[in-house]
Amino acid sequence: MNIYMHELKMNFRSVISWSVAVFLMIFLYMSIFSSLAVDAEVLNDMMSEFPEEFLIAFGMDGVDLSAVLGYFGITMLFSQLLISIQAANYGFSLISVEERELTANFLLTKPVGRTKILTSKLLAALTSLAITSVVIWGSSFISISIFRDGRPYDTNTLVLLLLTTTFLALFFLMVGLLISLLVRKIRNVTPFSMGLVFGLFVINAFGGMIGDDKLTYITPFSHFDATYIVKNAAFDLPLVSISVAVIVISVVASYWLYEKRNIHSV
Amino acid sequence: MSVIEINNLTKYYGKARGIIDVDLKVEEGEIFGFIGPNGAGKSTTIRLLLSLIYPSGGSAKIFGKDVIEQGSEIRRNIGYLPGEVFYYDKMKVIDLLKYSASFYKKDCMDRMHELAEIMELDLKKRIDDLSYGNKKKVGIVQGLLHQPDLYLLDEPTSGLDPLMQQKFFNLIREENARGATIFFSSHILAEVQKMCSRVAIIREGEIVKTEDIQTLQDDNYKKIRVKAKDLDEKRFNLDGVTNLVRENNSVNFFYNGDINAIMKVISANAISDLTIEEPTLEEIFMHYYV
Repeated sequence: MNIYMHELKMNFRSVISWSVAVFLMIFLYMSIFSSLAVDAEVLNDMMSEFPEEFLIAFGMDGVDLSAVLGYFGITMLFSQLLISIQAANYGFSLISVEERELTANFLLTKPVGRTKILTSKLLAALTSLAITSVVIWGSSFISISIFRDGRPYDTNTLVLLLLTTTFLALFFLMVGLLISLLVRKIRNVTPFSMGLVFGLFVINAFGGMIGDDKLTYITPFSHFDATYIVKNAAFDLPLVSISVAVIVISVVASYWLYEKRNIHSV
Repeated sequence: MSVIEINNLTKYYGKARGIIDVDLKVEEGEIFGFIGPNGAGKSTTIRLLLSLIYPSGGSAKIFGKDVIEQGSEIRRNIGYLPGEVFYYDKMKVIDLLKYSASFYKKDCMDRMHELAEIMELDLKKRIDDLSYGNKKKVGIVQGLLHQPDLYLLDEPTSGLDPLMQQKFFNLIREENARGATIFFSSHILAEVQKMCSRVAIIREGEIVKTEDIQTLQDDNYKKIRVKAKDLDEKRFNLDGVTNLVRENNSVNFFYNGDINAIMKVISANAISDLTIEEPTLEEIFMHYYV
C-alpha cells in the first residue's frame, strides 16, 4: 500500500495535466459541432473533395460529419492518441525510472518482493489512467449533451467508442512496460513512448491507405477503429482479441522478466 | 551460525567478470571489513547479497536463509548504505524517511529524529536541494532507522566530511555494541584498520585472503632495506621474499618467513646500512595486488 500511495503521488501532476488536456480537447472540439452540423452538406461535400487515401489514413472515409457520433468519432481519434501516449509514458517509465535515477537501490533493498513492487506500481498507473479515462468519459457525455443540438445518437456505440480508450491505455501501458524490461536501460522515455504510439498509428494509417489487411493485425489503432465501430455499432471482435492477447502476454512476460532482472548500479 | 555465509558465489556480467568463487563467512557481532580497489567486486558481492542482481553460480545465505528465496524476509533486518546515494528528488527529506520507515513493521520515528539530530540533517528540505554530503546523511539515517541486525555498508564514507565520518563510525560502533553485525566494504585501509576485527581482501573478483586484522598486520611481514655497494639482488631471491626492487645502492623487499634465514643472507654481504620495519597495512595490501 505504501508503494502504491507513493507512486500515485509521483503521478499526480501528470494525471492532472493529461486530464485537463483531454477535457479541453474534447470540449472545444465538440463545441463547434452544432455550427458545423448545420452546413453538414457543404462539409461532407468538401470532405469528398479530399483524396480518398487521405481520408482513409485519418479514418474519415465514409464518415457522416453531420451525425453526432460521426463527428465525435474523429474527436475519439485524438483522445485515443492522448491516452495512448500517457499510458505508454507510464509503461516505459514504471520500472526504468527507478533504474535510471538509481532509486532502485533504495526500493529494492527494502523488505518487499519484486512481484509486490510491480503490482503496486501497475495498480498506481492503472489508477492514474482510470482518472484520465473518467475525465474522457465525463467530458464526452457532457460535451455531447450540451452541443448535440437535439440530434440523436446511439448510447451503446458511444460507450463502445469510449471503451476503446480504456483498451488502448491498457495496451500501451503493458507493451511499454514489457519493452522497457527487454532493454537494459532507457535514458529518456519520450522517444520510446512517442515512437511506439505514433509508429503504430502511422502503420494503421498506412495500412488503411494501401488496403493491406496484414498491417491491421499488428496495430491496436486498427483493432479499435472508430469508423468501424460507428458503422457497425460493435467491436471488430477478432481484431480486438489480438489486442487483448498482447496485453495478457505482456503482463505475464513483464512479471517474469522483472523477477529475474539484474539491477545495475550504473 | 554465521550471519553471512557465501559459497562459491560467482557473477559474470555477460562475459565481464564480476566475482569468481567467492567464499566468505561473517560471524554474529563482527565488524567485517571487505577491502579491494575499485572494480574488484566489492559492490557486486553486496548487491548479490541484497538480490539486486542474481548470481551466475554459487549461493549466499544471510541469517541462515537463502538470499534469493527469502530475500524480502531477510531484508527486514538489513540496513544498506551504498557508496553513492540517489533518492526521489522531489520529495522532502522527512517524507523520504517516512516512506523508508513504512517498509518496516515497527515504529522508527524516535530513532529517525535522533539520527537526524546526530547527523545534523535538515528534515524539511527537498532532496534535490541537498548537497551530496547531505544526501549521504539521508542515506545514513534511512539505513539505520529500523535498527537492523546486519549492516551492509558499501564504501559508506565517500562524500562525508571527516567530522561526519567520525559521527558515522561512532553510530556504527554503537550499533555493533548493541549486537549488530557489520559488513563494511572500503578501499580506504585506514578506516578498515580502525573499525574492523576481520578483513577479506578481494582482487580482480577473487578473495585473496581472509584474516584477523591483527594477524594481517603482524603476519611476520618485514619490510627490509639493505644498503651496500655492488650488491647483487639475486642473492636475496629466496623463499618468502617478494617485491624485490633494486634502487641505486639499496635493495628493498618484503620478507615473510624465518628471520634467521634472511639474516644469514644479509650478513654474508658487506653492507653499509640495514633497516627492518613493520610494513603498514597499505603495504601489506599492495603486496596482495602486485
